[in-house]
Parts: sequence; structure tokens; C-alpha cells
Amino acid sequence: MSNQNKPLSKEERQYKVVGQPVPSRLGLGNVTGGTVFFHDNVIPGKAYLKCARSPISHGNIISIDTSAAEKMPGVLAVLTHKDVPKNYYATLCLIGVEPDDEPVLADKKVLYEGEPIVAIIAETEMQAMAAAAKVKVELEELEPLLDVEEAMKPGAPIIKPWGTATNYFVYEGHHCRRVVHGDVDKALAEADYIVEGKYEMSPIEHAPSETTGCVAVPQPDGRITVYTNTQAIYFTLDNTALILQVPFNKLHFIGGTVGGGFGGKCDVIVEPLACLGAMRTGRPVEYKFSREEEMRVSNPRSAWRIYYKDGVMKDGRIVARKVTSYADSGAYVRHTTYAVTKQAASACGPYFVPNFRYEGHCVYTNHMPSSPFRGFGVTPVSYAIECQMDKIARTLGMDPWEIRFINAYHDGDEKPHKKKTEDAALIEVMQAAAKMTGHELPEKFKKMSSSAR
Amino acid sequence: MSASIVSFELNGKVEQVIAEPLLTLKTVLRDKLGKVGTKEGCNQGGCGACTVLVEGEPVLSCLLPIQNVEGKKVLTIEGLQKNGKIHALQQSFHDNFASQCGHCTPGMIMVLYALLQKSPKPSRDEIIMALSGNHCRCTGYQPIIEAVEKLTAGSEV
Repeated sequence: MSNQNKPLSKEERQYKVVGQPVPSRLGLGNVTGGTVFFHDNVIPGKAYLKCARSPISHGNIISIDTSAAEKMPGVLAVLTHKDVPKNYYATLCLIGVEPDDEPVLADKKVLYEGEPIVAIIAETEMQAMAAAAKVKVELEELEPLLDVEEAMKPGAPIIKPWGTATNYFVYEGHHCRRVVHGDVDKALAEADYIVEGKYEMSPIEHAPSETTGCVAVPQPDGRITVYTNTQAIYFTLDNTALILQVPFNKLHFIGGTVGGGFGGKCDVIVEPLACLGAMRTGRPVEYKFSREEEMRVSNPRSAWRIYYKDGVMKDGRIVARKVTSYADSGAYVRHTTYAVTKQAASACGPYFVPNFRYEGHCVYTNHMPSSPFRGFGVTPVSYAIECQMDKIARTLGMDPWEIRFINAYHDGDEKPHKKKTEDAALIEVMQAAAKMTGHELPEKFKKMSSSAR
Repeated sequence: MSASIVSFELNGKVEQVIAEPLLTLKTVLRDKLGKVGTKEGCNQGGCGACTVLVEGEPVLSCLLPIQNVEGKKVLTIEGLQKNGKIHALQQSFHDNFASQCGHCTPGMIMVLYALLQKSPKPSRDEIIMALSGNHCRCTGYQPIIEAVEKLTAGSEV
């Protein structure tokens, strides 16, 4: 099989796909309006689901009174936590993330403004909204916990007294996700310069053109067909089945066409309630966010606060890097635990740093639960790293290009999480970028390559 | 206000619908007439996804009461195809990768079709102005503008 490594001849390199523009499978459908989004399926006899939501960020639920809502015109069913077979879930339970921490419908407490408490299914969307407004929830308002570092302080009030009863996700018994490589404290003590930085990123709503939603249609054989715009169709089907306590093969999910997702349609939000509504009423049930719901109660990217402390030598080499990061997961865990883990492996960026320590915290606050958004924790840390590289260059009075060439990773370098670097390309990318922008590089950087040192 | 019958011309064919109060053109098109090429984005006149033409002018069909189109000509994305052939603007969108998720695309095409009817060789500023009410969250504005420029560059008026 040795000829597998033989370089391809020029003729063999005439790729059909690589380097060629390939029309999208959906292209013609998109320009004719023929692409079928979930909401474009014409389904007769639909009923509509809307939720009564928490008006406050943090509080104890004293009582839930749905009697007035039940009497409203057009109401077909009213659902509370008592109607959900398995009310508590964790989005990533299928890859071992535990414990279940989020209720489908709140029962004991509300932990963020807009948290659903009661679901109404009615003949029309407006009737469902009108009935939802009649739900009476008595709440004891509590002081909201809104800052990630405040939440991590010893003695901070625990917002979620169930599950691990901590204000942070527990990583295999630890309060943070940690990566340690070399002796960072010794290297910091020996460094010529210490460069520190604090970088923050606000939550961002994905704001897709098509709002989050689904239609659950009961079938004569007892199955439920769900037309959905989820980005995570298998996770969503499996979680829905677990929440409803039905076998997975009772659900048939049809999706794959997403009118803008960017990570915002990965959580399991609309499908379980729509299915429950369909089971209860025997009718197709649509649960689709209005634009206001999409902006106010659908998940944003988490806010991040990231601290960098780098030890740098006079010649520009970064010899130590200490990173402390806080992700605002909002009230529940959802996907942010994974975003922190992914960030832990990316916090050096495309640079070689021999001594490294990362501590990433997935913190619970009384904000809207957060979710992925284009990069699972990597985008915020990339922003922090590149700001930090510029800061190092300024501190040393060095050219920002130079500091990056000096510290660029090479094939064979061991990354902090013990992976050997393969296919490093930063040097070549910077050389190409310099050429494209007409930036003249010194000869020594033009001659560099990412191959092993 | 009670229900009435509204009659209008949709893509060259007369349609009659029973119009309850507060019914919008978008709901009639999508839910009563099955013309789902017109998309529902925000339902509050903010994104342009539901744009159709009434008497040649772009309108936000999610805000327009159906009674307002009585006796008028309405054109939707489905009406741009002639004899099974798509319009040159649609082809140019396709050839120039001017759609990503595709949800905003029909609205984009309708405003640009209206622009080309009035101004067959629009300037870049005119194209941008025409698109100013249409939101693309995949942020593919550049290829959309280029799709129009490339289409009109070849056709000297």
C-alpha cells in the first residue's frame, strides 16, 4: 500500500469537488421557494401551543392555578409539570452528561425570565396566547445571581438545590475542566515579562430567519411524526422519547432543512411539548416561536469571561500561559459543558506554549440557558488569544506578525492536552495573508515552514 | 367586523377567499392557498422574508390585511416561473451562490425582481437600497448583490 503516500500528478489533481464551486443541493429549491422548511408542510387541523412563562429571573413557585386558562375559548389542553412523564432532563444525557437538571415545565423554582411553566394547546395561536395570559402562578421572588465569578464564590447562594446542588457543572468530581502541561508557575517566575489580559464576550442571539419550531402529527398506528427544524435530529428524538417515556421507534422525526441555525437550534425545546400536546389532544400540534420568543427565550451563545496570564521572554517566546475561563451557562447545563471542554483544548490557539494551565468553569446563573453558536467555546477564546498576542507584541515593542511567527506551532509539537500537532499551517497561512495584503515580511519568515522543528 | 369574500389575482389566476377579520395576505397565501414559497420570518414587518408584489410594488405580506388586495394583482415567487422555466434572476441567484439556508431568498428575489422591472440596469447603490428591508442572517449579502450585477452586466439596454 506504499503508493498511497505517492504525491498525485498534476492530472490526478484535477479534482471534481476540492477547489471547485459546487451548487448546493437546495440551490434551485431556494430560488424558487420550493425548499420545504418544516412550517411549509400544509397540515390540516393543526392546533397551536404557547407557554405561560416566568416573569422573573429567580423565584420559588408557591402555586400554579390553570382553572381560568382552561375555561378560555378554544383551549384543548393545559399541561403542567405533572403531565410530563419524565420532567427533568439533560440535553447531552446520551453522551453521559449528568445529572438531569432542567425541567421541561418548571415545578419547584423558576431560574430565568421566560422559563416555561404551563403549556396551552388551543385551536388558534391567538387563543393559546390569550389562555396562557390567564395562568396564575404565585411566585416568591428571590435575588437573581447574574455574575459568573459571584456564583463561584464560597458561600454564594445555590440557585439549583437539586442535582449536584452546585452553581457549576461538575467535571468528573472537579469544579472546573482543567488541563495542566509542564510547570507553569516555575516558567512564569523565570519569564522576562508577564502579560495579563481579561477578555469578555456578551451573549449573542442567533436570530435565524426562521424561528425555532416543530409540528407533531399523531399517526393512526400510534406513532408521532414530527416535522422540525432542529439541528440535532437524533439527540432531539432520543431526548423527546426519554421525556415522554416512549420507545424511540414511536417517534418519526423529519427535518434536515433549517432556515438558519448557527447552533441555536441544537437544544431540545419545542419537540417534547408538541408531542405531549399531540398525544393529549390527538391533533397535530404546532409549537413555533414568535420572533419575540426567539429573541427573549431561545438560547443565546453564552457570555464568556477569560483571563490570560502569559510569561514571555525578551526574544518573544511565550514560555508559560495560564488561562482561567468562565462560561455563563445560564440556569441549566445544555451544551455549555461541552463548549468549555472544547475550549480547554483550544486555549493555546495555533501557538506552541511549553508550560500551560487551563481552568474552565461552566457556571450556572439566573440568565437564559446558553447554547452553541458557531464554534462551541472556540470563537470566544480565539478572540481572547489574538487580542493577547497583540498585547504581547506591544509590551515587547515587537511587530505583531513577528510575535506570531516566533510562537507558531509546528508539526510534532506536543499540545497541552498531549496531542501531537499534525498538519500545522499557521506559518503558511500568514505567509499567504502577507502576500495577499501586500505586507512585506522579513526574509527569515518567508523561508519558515510548519514542518517539524 | 364580520367575514367577507375577497377576490384578487394571484400569479395571473383569480382567487376568492373567505376573509376573517385580521387575516393577513401572508396567512392566506401560506395557509389557505398553499403558496408556501412566501416565507414567514418575523410576522411583524421586520425581516422582509414574506415580501410579495402587489401591483408590482414590494409589500410585507405579514402586515397587509387581505381586504387590501381586493381586485388587485399579487405576484409571489411561484409566479416567476414561466412554462416551467425559472426567471433569469432566479438562475443568476443559483449560479452565483446567492442563497445559503434559503429562507430569506424568496423575499430577496421579489424585491430585486420589482427593482429590475423599474430599473433594468440598477447601480450598486440602487441594489443595496432595494435590499435594505431584507434580512439575511447567514450574511450572504455580497453574492446576492453580485447575482444582480452579473445578470444585468450582460444585458445592455
